[in-house]
Amino acid sequence: MSEETFDLALEVHNLTVSYNRKPVLWDIDFSLPQGKLIGIVGPNGSGKTTLLKTIMGLLDPDSGYVEIKGEPMEKVRNQISYVPQRESVDWDFPADVMDVVKMGRYQKSNILKRLSQDDKRIAIESLEKVDLLEFSKRQIGELSGGQQQRVFIARALAQQGDIYLMDEPFVGVDAATEDAILQLLVEMKSKGKTVIIVHHDLQTAYEYFDWMVLLNTRLVACGPKEEVFTKEKLQEAYGGRLTVLSKIGDLISNKEFPIREKGFSEKK
Amino acid sequence: MDAFIDFFSFQDPNVRLVVLGMLFISLSSSLVGSFAFLQKKSLVGDAVAHSLLPGIAIAFMLSGSKNPWVLILGALISGWISILIMDYLTKRSKIKTDTSIALVLSVMFGLGILLLTHIQHSDFGNQSGLDKFLFGKAASLTLIDIQAFGLVTLIIVALVGVFYREFKLLSFNYEFAQAIGMPVKALSFLMNTLLVLAITTGIQAVGVVLMAALLIAPAAAAKIWTYSLSKMILIAMGFALFSSLIGSFISYTYVNMPTGPWIVVILTFFTVMSLLFAPKRGVFSRMKRQRENSLKINTENILKALYHLEEGKEEFFEWHKLDKILEKRAFNKVTLTNSLKQLSRKNWIVLGEQKVKLSKAGELEARRVVRLHRLWEMYLTKRMNFKSDHIHSNAETIEHIITPEIERELILELGAPKIDPHSSKIPYAD
Amino acid sequence: MTLTVLKYHTQTDMNDVYIISTAVLVSASCGLLGVFLVLRKMAMVGDAISHAVLPGIVLAFLFSGSRDSITVLIGAMTLGILASVLIEIIHKKARLQEDAAIGVTFTWLFALGVILITLFSRQIDLDQDCVLYGEIAYVPLDLWFLESGVNLGPRALWVAGGLFVVVLLFVSLGYKGLQITSFNEEFAVSVGLSAMVWHYLLMGMVSAVTVASFEVVGAILVVALLVGPAASAYLLSKRLPALLALTIVFGVLSSVSGYYLAKYLEGSIAGAIATMTGFWFTLSLILSKIKKPRTEVTKQGS
Repeated sequence: MSEETFDLALEVHNLTVSYNRKPVLWDIDFSLPQGKLIGIVGPNGSGKTTLLKTIMGLLDPDSGYVEIKGEPMEKVRNQISYVPQRESVDWDFPADVMDVVKMGRYQKSNILKRLSQDDKRIAIESLEKVDLLEFSKRQIGELSGGQQQRVFIARALAQQGDIYLMDEPFVGVDAATEDAILQLLVEMKSKGKTVIIVHHDLQTAYEYFDWMVLLNTRLVACGPKEEVFTKEKLQEAYGGRLTVLSKIGDLISNKEFPIREKGFSEKK
Repeated sequence: MDAFIDFFSFQDPNVRLVVLGMLFISLSSSLVGSFAFLQKKSLVGDAVAHSLLPGIAIAFMLSGSKNPWVLILGALISGWISILIMDYLTKRSKIKTDTSIALVLSVMFGLGILLLTHIQHSDFGNQSGLDKFLFGKAASLTLIDIQAFGLVTLIIVALVGVFYREFKLLSFNYEFAQAIGMPVKALSFLMNTLLVLAITTGIQAVGVVLMAALLIAPAAAAKIWTYSLSKMILIAMGFALFSSLIGSFISYTYVNMPTGPWIVVILTFFTVMSLLFAPKRGVFSRMKRQRENSLKINTENILKALYHLEEGKEEFFEWHKLDKILEKRAFNKVTLTNSLKQLSRKNWIVLGEQKVKLSKAGELEARRVVRLHRLWEMYLTKRMNFKSDHIHSNAETIEHIITPEIERELILELGAPKIDPHSSKIPYAD
Repeated sequence: MTLTVLKYHTQTDMNDVYIISTAVLVSASCGLLGVFLVLRKMAMVGDAISHAVLPGIVLAFLFSGSRDSITVLIGAMTLGILASVLIEIIHKKARLQEDAAIGVTFTWLFALGVILITLFSRQIDLDQDCVLYGEIAYVPLDLWFLESGVNLGPRALWVAGGLFVVVLLFVSLGYKGLQITSFNEEFAVSVGLSAMVWHYLLMGMVSAVTVASFEVVGAILVVALLVGPAASAYLLSKRLPALLALTIVFGVLSSVSGYYLAKYLEGSIAGAIATMTGFWFTLSLILSKIKKPRTEVTKQGS
């Protein structure tokens, strides 16, 4: 990892996370700088989405913790903008584009109150940024994949966070939309925002991102893309499975073994 | 007690009828219900049960007769229509599965109630017997009813027998069945028909609302006991039969008591007991396994602590005071006591006055655990690129899980290393 | 035929108005909550709750001595929430598949309720028929001649009215929370909302509404009112506010048409209303097909 000092957007310590009683992430440990476009890549099943969800607080880790700008997630929620996977939503839901973008202005503190004029203005501006303003009254089920993704991004923009976490935003999206989104991200970076993206496609990853996190159940590498995107590191992440590790994982799941021993403390 | 003998001696012809009827109904419902359960269509069965009502009412209105065959025909038709509607709604409209089930269930049921009450208030003659479809009147089955049930059950059992392999594949792996060219549409049609038939007889025992229980509960109770489909079906049938017999008995003894609800209560009891007590997958088995895991972890940790106390000195089998062990690793009192007992039972340690020492066998075992710990640390470092300050806590967990088979693989993969990442010697069994 | 219909029309009197108004208010309350059940794909959980409240009603009735009291409301609500908690436990801890967990839970609770009714039939005047489809259905023609019938009207109407106000308040105050947790639960949690809280709030309201509707349509046909109008409106609405409003419209249509259908056929009012929810749904389905055939939805270019 690089030795530069930088302001940290995100720190992950010793994170171990299980899914269906089977460990999906082992002792993940890394830091990410602010103001960069960062890609999280790895083969299928490597735990990328699990990592993102754990950072967001949607999943509980078995051990370890996450800090955002030095604070726990609870304290800085309003500085984070989250874009879930497009397939996690039922697009038949009765809402138009503007309804969804306005949800970006919802917070725990104002959930019982009406949206303000300011909120509405921000929503409109966000829609303009993704070039969808003329579609504001369109029902979301009538949109194309690329348009739906842009709606999600507009919602995230409306949240006005400093740090953006996006889960596979380029899946099933046409080339023109992909370019448009990328341009938007570059613009955000120039304004000092940090964008962390779980990305599905290795080929475009090098082109899109400044920093990368290479993951395969455990951390393979994390740093500026030139350091991470080497033959050795990629081979390690993508080349063949760790059979012993997966056998252990199966054992843990079948025997319901605890991932971390509870209530012991060892003295050395 | 008298009632018990009266009932189970089957001397009363009414009792014989009831028992026979229950036998047939339990068999067909649990059999068909098992397949529905596996295909996650339990609630569809619920909707179908409610949908039989209008068919029965209309059949009665059109024919003026309460001949069970006529009513069954009416039930079959409206039952089938409900399946078609649910299917259509889910496939050809925005409506999702759960909504289509609830919609069909409530509308058809409402229609049935409307027609039934309409019949009640008009001059259709004696229509009181139609009530038994609504609530189930297991206690008052007639010979004609039994004949109908018997035939239906025969048809169901026969067809399931003939198409057993196909139904099995269809339930476990629909796409594969399609891919290999099985006539999945025709088979589904057949399964649906059997479902409707079984429900038609079943609701006469427990009524429309509780029919779902006859389909779901036996299968839910049985599945946790076995991985084999045929065993599951047999167990389901057993639970269903037993529950319906007891339910009938209760209703026989306490005349006011409705049969259906009692059957359901007893069935549910079996389901809950199974979910709790079944070996391997039951709740208590899992808890037991977790306790065993904890014990294993704690005993192995003590062995390790003892090993570490002696390692530098290369003199094993010395007495060590308990607080020396506690200095190495904190245990709570109860855990420590239990673990020491276990270790002593296995003859891995010798217990003394507030002190213990390793036995020969214990030293070997301790060596094994320490070896696994250090091998795993090597694996983490060399193959997974873990940083040195992360490997210890990870190894602390995994050392307890590694089986001899995995150990062999590890040694092979790492090339039988002599020292671990902290430069400690890796102790092999000599 | 026309003469018969006219005869029924001219026979509309205060009692009809009471009954219809009560039914309308109940359908509106059920419908508004039902919208969220449909959107969250929890229609069958709603069905389960409407069956599960029965033992709660019986026990509370025993306890309080009367059928219409706060105790009954609380008793049933408790059981409704208990039922949804039970379903969760059986599904998550005992690891039974969700549809079976629902099925086993509600049948057992309903069976328990029926047994309790039989056991305590002397202390409480509920019977199986009443449970199934409400008391009004049993004496449709005589209703307005019975002494208690005339008294029943206003009280039930007040309860239904109060319920509607509460539901309306709940849905307007909780609009954003319900909307966002129904649409994208992950996103809702990411902004700090508790999915569990909103879930159980909804379940609690559904339980309350089930009890109040008990008298009008019986516990079982509550499902028709929860799901039917909402499903009909769902097919025709693009946005949530419209969906909620249209649901009320369909609820009113079903109640009024159902009532007169029941009068005409001399059958159960509850059954007729439920049947009519199906009728209006079918119309809505046809209408939705005309507006936009599902297989030919054209996606605009990106």
